[in-house]
Amino acid sequence: MSSETDEFVPVGDPKRRLPGVEGVWVFVMADMTVFGVLFGSFMLGRHQNPALFDASRHALNPNFGGVNTLILLTSSWFAALALGAVRKSRFGLAQRFIGGAFLCGLAFAVSKAIEYTEKLNAGISLLTNDFFMYYFTLTGIHLFHVVAGSVVLLVLWFKARSRSFDPQRPVVLECGAIYWHMVDLLWIILFPLLYLVR
Amino acid sequence: MELLRKPATIVWAALMLATCATTWLLSGNSVTPEVATVAILLIAAVKVRLVMTHFMEVRRAPLALRCVCDGWLLAVTALILTVYLV
Repeated sequence: MSSETDEFVPVGDPKRRLPGVEGVWVFVMADMTVFGVLFGSFMLGRHQNPALFDASRHALNPNFGGVNTLILLTSSWFAALALGAVRKSRFGLAQRFIGGAFLCGLAFAVSKAIEYTEKLNAGISLLTNDFFMYYFTLTGIHLFHVVAGSVVLLVLWFKARSRSFDPQRPVVLECGAIYWHMVDLLWIILFPLLYLVR
Repeated sequence: MELLRKPATIVWAALMLATCATTWLLSGNSVTPEVATVAILLIAAVKVRLVMTHFMEVRRAPLALRCVCDGWLLAVTALILTVYLV
């Protein structure tokens, strides 16, 4: 069942092409660079006060972070499968996969809301200390990306329903998927940084 | 069944397993904190590369994009590990 899209393509082969459009990659790389700087800033903050950061980290529940990672990975998988389905003109299947990706995004947001509520009820806020300033800021900016991505997925779901993708070159879906995978990969680094580094 | 044989599914399964290993095994007290942290961060870097190459389809993209993505990952991983270990 190996399709053309699954094959390894050597460098320089004319079959190599940029997924999505250049603009989405510029946006994604700019966003990832900002996050890269924030990751570095968090580590420098930790370097200056390792005892405080380690003690504060223990107030976080790694089960939330771990499950959220599994949710986003599954969401990314659905987005990748949706793209494969559209390329085979299977729009109904693609619609279901995009729906799955959207529901995962929603589950992530709900889980984060529960986690935030738990922290705020325990008297922990942005102002508690430097660690929690980073925790709420970094996860808050990331959550904003998740919400924006979920809106994009909703739009893509309607587009799949009206079959308005070109199976030869579904650029809009590719761009949406690239953005959604970026949201996933940023969390893959953010999660261990906040919850697991000791 | 067709779904199970797709490369995206194999990559997804590997990513899920790696996440479970780092979250619920390596975070325990079986190894020193430094070894566990470095291992967790390196596994995260491998996971990010899998997402880039397979899900974002960077492996089929022009060389320039592959270099930019790998460059970002290398820079971020090196920055985090350097600050952690120094």
